Amino acid sequence: MTPITLNHYLALGAVLFVCGVLCMATKRNAIGVLMGVELVLNGANINFVAFAYYLRDPQGNAVFLVEGQVFALFVIVLAAAEAAIALAIVLNFYNNHLTVDVDTAEELKG
Amino acid sequence: MKFPDLHATLFWVLASATALSAISVVLTQNIVRSAVWLLFSLAGTAGIFFLVGADFVAATQLIVYVGGTLVLVIFGVMLTAQGPFISMKTSAAEWAFSVVAGLVFLGVLLVTVTQGKWVGHFAAVSPAESTSAVALGESLLGIADATPPAQLIGTAAPDQPLPRTRMSYLLPFEIVSVHLLVVLIGAAYLARAKRRRGAAA
Amino acid sequence: MPSLGLLIAIVATILCLTFVAVSAIFFIWLERKVAGRIQDRLGPTRVGGRFGWLQTIADGIKLLVKEDIIPANADHFLFRLGPYIAFCGAFLAFVALPFGNGIVAVNMNVAVFYMLAVMSTEVFGVILAGYGSGSKWSLFGAMREAAQVVSYEVPMAICVIVPIIVAGSMNLVTIGQQQGGCFVNWQMFHDPFSFLAFWTYFTCAVASCKRAPFDLAEAESELVAGFHTEYSGLRWSFFFMAEYGAMFAVSGIAILLFAGGWHTGFLPFDPSVALKGELGSVTVGETNPWVIDFGWLLGNLINVIVFILKGWVLVFVMMWVRWTLPRLRIDQVMMACIKYLLPISCALLLGVSLWQLALASFEWLHYFSWALGGLCFFAVLGVAWKLFTTDQPPPDTGMGALLQQGGPLMAELAKK
Repeated sequence: MTPITLNHYLALGAVLFVCGVLCMATKRNAIGVLMGVELVLNGANINFVAFAYYLRDPQGNAVFLVEGQVFALFVIVLAAAEAAIALAIVLNFYNNHLTVDVDTAEELKG
Repeated sequence: MKFPDLHATLFWVLASATALSAISVVLTQNIVRSAVWLLFSLAGTAGIFFLVGADFVAATQLIVYVGGTLVLVIFGVMLTAQGPFISMKTSAAEWAFSVVAGLVFLGVLLVTVTQGKWVGHFAAVSPAESTSAVALGESLLGIADATPPAQLIGTAAPDQPLPRTRMSYLLPFEIVSVHLLVVLIGAAYLARAKRRRGAAA
Repeated sequence: MPSLGLLIAIVATILCLTFVAVSAIFFIWLERKVAGRIQDRLGPTRVGGRFGWLQTIADGIKLLVKEDIIPANADHFLFRLGPYIAFCGAFLAFVALPFGNGIVAVNMNVAVFYMLAVMSTEVFGVILAGYGSGSKWSLFGAMREAAQVVSYEVPMAICVIVPIIVAGSMNLVTIGQQQGGCFVNWQMFHDPFSFLAFWTYFTCAVASCKRAPFDLAEAESELVAGFHTEYSGLRWSFFFMAEYGAMFAVSGIAILLFAGGWHTGFLPFDPSVALKGELGSVTVGETNPWVIDFGWLLGNLINVIVFILKGWVLVFVMMWVRWTLPRLRIDQVMMACIKYLLPISCALLLGVSLWQLALASFEWLHYFSWALGGLCFFAVLGVAWKLFTTDQPPPDTGMGALLQQGGPLMAELAKK
């Protein structure tokens, strides 16, 4: 078995990212779109943490050990905030339109 | 190289579980089942974080994402799901276009990943010795010494290594705290029961 | 050496799983006995064994052979998945729970945080079960559960931070080691805020295990059986195992954080440290020698027994509370959390931070633990004294009184 390198983690992050983008593109349910956003953020998070773990200088010190994890923490916190606001908007939308289909949100069309 | 065997096995198990769940999120039409697959995907990501020694981030991922955000999402689904809207069909043409575009995008990303020349060393960190929580805490408290002393790599002149700038993250931490407070108020304001609406209109 | 690591991991998993299952069997019996005694009856006696301990075994066999019903309206996939997710959430917490000095499956740096995080995923299984059952009672139970558990997680986590601030570590083994010796060294007696945090934490823990008086998710008088209305047989028993597992896990956290962990509170030394190297040892393996020290093992056996007994005491208190207090209404549950427990826990957090600052400048504050610990010790002694010296017979309102009143009547009947 080949040893696991940084590239493996980056590939996993890429898969999650693409799944998230596809989810945002194909789902018509507003909450489904929200799930796509979560997947995208997770893909990015995997990259952050993997870089924090693997990227070392010639002396073997982890260069961005704290940075990668701090950024991942901030992403998690902001994703929670984003989900809260997005769900509030979706609930409002549902109250007005009785559906969460994003295609019906066209009132602002010029 | 004895330890990486276990690491590699765990990585393949977790990575395939995470990736397959993520794909299922896209393919499932029922929104609640999508949320369940998202749960597995997020939990698998937390496992990946444990694997690379980021145990604090992994626990945060579990408590915030799985225990908080995802429960909120399910709550939203339950409040808005009415029979026909639970599964909203996407047309075949849209599917075909999205899948092609997604595969092309994935290809571009994977090529970029494999072309990149990362200077990386493997080092196993057992969860007991991992001090990432301490380093994270000190860094968020504004202690710049918490970030490890290291030299920048991949610079223009590799023979003259530069010491990296040691940073602390007190200000971003405070900004995020205020941001969360604003979000709390905003979400409560947006989702509140509107009693005056009928009277005003 | 991957094979040895894998072997240790498998053994640790099996031990944890066995402990969860066996303690569930014991707790179900204990729950029935406690309920019986509190309601002035005997509890299970008929099935056999001393004190009817075979009752749970009989129940288990009954559950195993029961028909496994999945309602026609149910979402099969989610209905099947629910119990497993709930059980996994409760079981995974045991991975980081130390039973003795170093007796832990994974010695984790962020053990407390990990345990809280994993146990927060248990609510997901309940929500899926409620949604997947396709029954309105289940759905109501699941919605209540989601709102309640997510709310109570916040004050619970803040209360957990209070002893962590004092200990300066999230590693449960380290926190346990700090509380050796006399019981005044327990974190609970360190300062008034930790003492209050223990009770606040325990209240939140009862609520997060959805135990009465916070068992709104089941609420059998309103919702039939709440989220597990449609479950039967083995799937239903998974929910029970999850509940009892979570009860012991939160009790274990409380014991380790506040009440001295595996220390008795009276021995001036840790038996596993004191006996280490005293009773000889055996070395296993040639290349990677693995020393088995019998003294250490014996000492830790004492530690594990002490820890499990302490955990059982807290679980017993949870049962006692359940059969004593009436169930709250859902608005009262939410109000208790958001209006009372949350501000209280925030105030405790602030208070303990200031106390730690004050310790540096006021030396005499260190004697506070002796005062509080002594006070609690004498209070417990007093209660025990009162219990054992009151020679007034317990109020005879049950069968005994009936027989006493009926006695003459029976005699008269016999005469005729």
